[in-house]
Amino acid sequence: MNEAKNGAVSEAVNAPATSVASTVIVGAGPAGIRAAQTLLAHGLRPCLLDESLRGGGQVYRRQPEHFKRSAKALYGFEAGKAESVHTTIDQLQAEIDYRPETLVWNAESRTLDTLHNGRAAQVPFKHLIVATGATDRILPVPGWTLPGVYSLGAAQIALKFQGCAIGQRVVFAGSGPLLYLVAYQYAKAGATVAAVLDSSPFSAQTRALPALLGQPSTLAKGLYYRAWLTAHGVPVHQGVHLHDIQGERRVSGVSWQQGNQRKNLVCDALAFAHALRSETQLADLLGCDFAWSALNRAWLPTRDAAGRSSVEGVYLAGDGAGIMGADAAEMAGELAALTLLGDLGYRIDRARSIELQRQLAAIQRFRQGLETAFPFPEDWAAKAPDSLIVCRCEEVSAGEIRQTVAEGHWEINRVKAMCRVGMGRCQGRMCGLAATEIVAHASGREVACVGRLRGQAPIKPLPFGVEAEQ
Amino acid sequence: MALLKRLAERDRAVLPFTLDGQPASGLQGDTLLTAVLTAEDSLRGSDFSGEPRAGFCLMGACQDCWVKLGDGRRVRACSTLLEANVCVTREPGRSL
Ligand SMILES: Cc1cc2nc3c(=O)[nH]c(=O)nc-3n(C[C@H](O)[C@@H](O)[C@H](O)COP(=O)(O)OP(=O)(O)OC[C@H]3O[C@@H](n4cnc5c(N)ncnc54)[C@H](O)[C@@H]3O)c2cc1C
Ligand code: FES
Repeated sequence: MNEAKNGAVSEAVNAPATSVASTVIVGAGPAGIRAAQTLLAHGLRPCLLDESLRGGGQVYRRQPEHFKRSAKALYGFEAGKAESVHTTIDQLQAEIDYRPETLVWNAESRTLDTLHNGRAAQVPFKHLIVATGATDRILPVPGWTLPGVYSLGAAQIALKFQGCAIGQRVVFAGSGPLLYLVAYQYAKAGATVAAVLDSSPFSAQTRALPALLGQPSTLAKGLYYRAWLTAHGVPVHQGVHLHDIQGERRVSGVSWQQGNQRKNLVCDALAFAHALRSETQLADLLGCDFAWSALNRAWLPTRDAAGRSSVEGVYLAGDGAGIMGADAAEMAGELAALTLLGDLGYRIDRARSIELQRQLAAIQRFRQGLETAFPFPEDWAAKAPDSLIVCRCEEVSAGEIRQTVAEGHWEINRVKAMCRVGMGRCQGRMCGLAATEIVAHASGREVACVGRLRGQAPIKPLPFGVEAEQ
Repeated sequence: MALLKRLAERDRAVLPFTLDGQPASGLQGDTLLTAVLTAEDSLRGSDFSGEPRAGFCLMGACQDCWVKLGDGRRVRACSTLLEANVCVTREPGRSL
């Protein structure tokens, strides 16, 4: 057998009978790619399913094939890691069953339902690694449905994947590490960054320093982006509460509250988010146990330290099971694959597995520091006006959600059934968190106590007639 | 008027297409979203009030970028690459 990278012992000792394609990975981000690589190094050829055009996931999203910018221009300090992940997936392609542009829209009793090129198919599995990643965590602001308002991740994708800025004069708002990173990337690429509006107070970042020092290079990069912005004349405001985004048919300005001052700025685009949320629908449909994570302020599928979910044969890796960032995703992917192999009776490098678990635990502590530096704005729900559109699909307002609570409902799925919040095409990906915050606040409960929005198949809308084709 | 601004990768092949029956053009490697929003400022009208929308997440999550193609398919503009001569129609949504 070929020798695995990272010193893993790769002799596949007579693996128990398991057919080749019975091991499936969903998600070709850093977690899924490292998982696939590790399985293959031990002689197991997985099937790797990913919805996007090219592997790499969110953080190392690739530009279309004939684009010319260098990895350095696209990924900055992370260029080396990005290239390594890309080279890996390029090399794996020939040896595994890699299926890009393939959405997994349902999972039931050991079968995945997929959609590729408008055609539905079924992929049976015995062992599954779910590495579905994350999307932006959104706390809506009045005016957020206007053209010109995007999530922070969207602003980054426009630049990385398409070479475009979301506007001529862009404001970046919200909180989390992506805030400063994307503002910096825009300014570097020649866009006009009108301001950075950080909801977290400066004092929070000072308080977080001791924990952040656990990962000095990551901390240094964050400080660098910030200092660079200031040095290049980009105004950075902290402790900001976004008041509203103005515009008739598109963005024309933004106003915010800072202390007792109201401020305004003219801009034609704004990107915002408050960190990230895990993409957990598949784990939900697979029947995985969920637990409340105070750190993520979300219900997450539970996994043991080695990456096993509560469902036998189902493993979880990467940001889809809790936000830990790109480096952790690579480690978690490798770890989940090693665990899977070990459970199947393959001989694995146990020391490597333990080392990965140790490193992941260290990153988890750093993550705690980030949460202190960029705290969730707990007063968001109290400040959200009744007229605020929370659910952009069904156009449900904060007032309508509060009315539903006033009628005696407080369990989030019940509230959804009553006022349609989270029932639209995005399945609550954009509004679910905000709706939960409003229900908790209006009903005087903790966010952890109003329930968890259930995933439902299809987890993303299908073209008409696809289900019938089955 | 354009919403998005091109900053890089401008020397690509030009692909002609049709937007709401009018001739339009984008560049090879553009998503439909990029091709439309580098010339126009919206992609669709919202389902309940017909307000202009121009996508939001660009990662296939929000579903607020659907456009209709000449063959009747509805696709997410952010995750569909532009092909030469495709007919794209923006749907007005529903006005109350
Ligand atoms: C825009 C953006 C920028 C980010 N930038 C950074 C950064 O600079 N540094 C950092 O540390 N972290 C960043 N993150 C956080 C991010 O989550 C990374 O940590 C990293 O991408 C996580 O890797 P992953 O493999 O867990 O998931 P991802 O990279 O998100 O990959 C998941 C993959 O699964 C696929 N997928 C999901 N659901 C399905 C389905 N149902 N069917 C088929 N395929 C599916 C997706 O298409 C995607 O390719 C960013 C996140 C976003 C959204
Ligand atoms: S912009 Fe969100 S799905 Fe296309």
